[in-house]
Amino acid sequence: MPKKPITKEVYLKWYEDMLFWRRFEDKTSALYIQQKIRGFLHLYNGQEAVLAGSLLAMEHGDKMITAYRNHVQPIGLGEDPRRIMAELMGKVDGTSRGKGGSMHMFSKEHHFYGGHGIVGGQIPLGAGLAFADKYNGKNHVTLTYMGDGAVRQGSFHETMNLAMLWNLPVVFVIENNGYAMGTSVERTANHTEIWKLGLGYEMPCLPVDAMDPVTVYEAMQDAVDRARSGGGPTLIEARTYRYKGHSMSDAQHYRTKEEVAEYQKLDPITIVLDRIKENNYATEEEIETIDQRVKDLVKECVDFAEASPFPDKEELWQHIYVQKDYPFIKE
Amino acid sequence: MRIIQFREAVCEAMSEEMRRDERVYLMGEEVAEYNGAYKASKGMLDEFGPKRVIDTPIAELGFAGISVGAAMNGLRPIVEFMTFNFSMVAIDQIINNAAKMYQMSGGQLNVPIVFRGPTASAGQLAATHSQAFESWYANCPGLKVVVPADPYDAKGLLKAAIRDEDPVLVMESEQMYGDKGEVPEEEYIIEIGKAKVKRQGTDVTIVSFGKILKVAFAAAEELEKEGISCEVIDLRSVRPIDYDTIIKSVKKTNRCVIVEEAWPLGAISSELTYMIQKRAFDYLDAPVIRVNTADTPAAYSPTLIEEFLPSPEKVIKAIRAVLYKD
Ligand SMILES: Cc1ncc(C[n+]2csc(CCOP(=O)(O)OP(=O)(O)O)c2C)c(N)n1
Ligand SMILES: [Mg+2]
Repeated sequence: MPKKPITKEVYLKWYEDMLFWRRFEDKTSALYIQQKIRGFLHLYNGQEAVLAGSLLAMEHGDKMITAYRNHVQPIGLGEDPRRIMAELMGKVDGTSRGKGGSMHMFSKEHHFYGGHGIVGGQIPLGAGLAFADKYNGKNHVTLTYMGDGAVRQGSFHETMNLAMLWNLPVVFVIENNGYAMGTSVERTANHTEIWKLGLGYEMPCLPVDAMDPVTVYEAMQDAVDRARSGGGPTLIEARTYRYKGHSMSDAQHYRTKEEVAEYQKLDPITIVLDRIKENNYATEEEIETIDQRVKDLVKECVDFAEASPFPDKEELWQHIYVQKDYPFIKE
Repeated sequence: MRIIQFREAVCEAMSEEMRRDERVYLMGEEVAEYNGAYKASKGMLDEFGPKRVIDTPIAELGFAGISVGAAMNGLRPIVEFMTFNFSMVAIDQIINNAAKMYQMSGGQLNVPIVFRGPTASAGQLAATHSQAFESWYANCPGLKVVVPADPYDAKGLLKAAIRDEDPVLVMESEQMYGDKGEVPEEEYIIEIGKAKVKRQGTDVTIVSFGKILKVAFAAAEELEKEGISCEVIDLRSVRPIDYDTIIKSVKKTNRCVIVEEAWPLGAISSELTYMIQKRAFDYLDAPVIRVNTADTPAAYSPTLIEEFLPSPEKVIKAIRAVLYKD
């Protein structure tokens, strides 16, 4: 497929989407401090261009799966953000009825398959979604995301091989944000060019600058086209950065403030806003209107989640088995 | 006596054994430069250097297996899992290699290795991050499984585990690392496989292990106000199990409640109940009752995790039931 032009509309949508994801998650971290969100909370802050660029290359029916840094992906795919906020607060109107929490967002309706907490666990699942689409003769592609830390798991390497062997319609995206918790990429292998892991499997592979949604989109469009036309998998190393700690309790001794500041100069939201301004795609007023819309929607999400009740304790026993009368041990 | 935290007791045990024996090393995710995900190896990189305190990538199968191999060739590894939930990625190496090697080689190759880290729930962490696999590992011959519940036991048992010639799992808890307790300055070792009566009582025996003992103690304290006297036994090891200590107590109190943070089917509580009915049948004045987690995965919401976990209220209810007091 020829590349889609990056029009004014695309830029404005990217700006509004990415700003919303950022503000939505800023709000979650405030709610975490108020102990309304508990457990782990891994923010996507800084990595938004990976999602924005990917979404533009996707067609209806294409699928996405990722790890636990997963609040905004289902929103990008069309899930109601109010339900994501409710899930984060453990409320019954959440996407998993309050059972999954921060690490386990799912939206089958919008083709988002989670939301996975065991590092590397989702990688074969992504290839499996693609396997089923191919099996059923469907022309869909599955985008499978993972962190830089996850590529050191056996599950990654086994899946790379099988995906090539069976020519599956899947795109593997390594979101290289520099660190796996406190461990930098260079401390996890004798090489830092992670994309080269594709070479051993003869899988098309490349690095992309993932602070800019345009470069992400271009690489993704090629990869998605290849998969859809029967050309098999691609491995993309999306070079990005996370501005916040790994989860909420992380003193971040493993990096300097200067390093974070350097990357903040490359903030994807700023990049997109600058281009909007350079090209006169929007007036100051129009931009303010977008900002206000974003603010209002975040508030709506919080209001909705606050008003939703916690699940009744009976809910614990629901959705373990499809079988309705499964005989649980209750004594 | 000196009071220290659980995590400091763990750190002292590892450090003392590493000073004493060059063959001992510590390996795992974030154990060195980050000082441990839960700071249980704080300062160890500084003291022992990167040769012996080794950060790994996220590759549990790889580093667990490499350490089993190293143990087959004369080293004495301590492998830390950031939590035992992640040991599932490595379980093949533990069950098929570490546990079997001595037997398969007809006694030629033993595997003196320790796998340690936190187990079970730690707040609202949802299904994959709240699991207790003590009974899974305890099911496997060839392994020993130790579950300390206070700093004193943590230190003494971990030192014993490191000196043991067989593979030992030491299962801790994120929710115990900050607990404080008396730990003497002088060296001591606690023999693996000995339960401990941690509270004397006459009316009912409560058997438990690990972090959830806190719930058992809370129930015992509450009931004491009503004049119900609970004896609380800390198993400390779930393979081997010290049946004698339990049977002796049950023969005295004639009643037993087991508190276990794990799913009920095929649990340690099932095993204990079997042995109690077999060896103390005529002494029982009531059926043994257990309080386990729900027969479901853990769930995130506060209302659901509360329903999932054993609580003092649930234990009190069970104790009243064995005393026919409800
Ligand atoms: C099998 C397994 N081991 C360890 C962990 C603990 N853990 C959670 S996230 C993480 C770091 C992952 O880093 P990366 O893959 O780079 O993803 P990022 O957090 O940077 O998005 C670790 C070690 C886990 N969840 N699963
Ligand atoms: Mg990373």
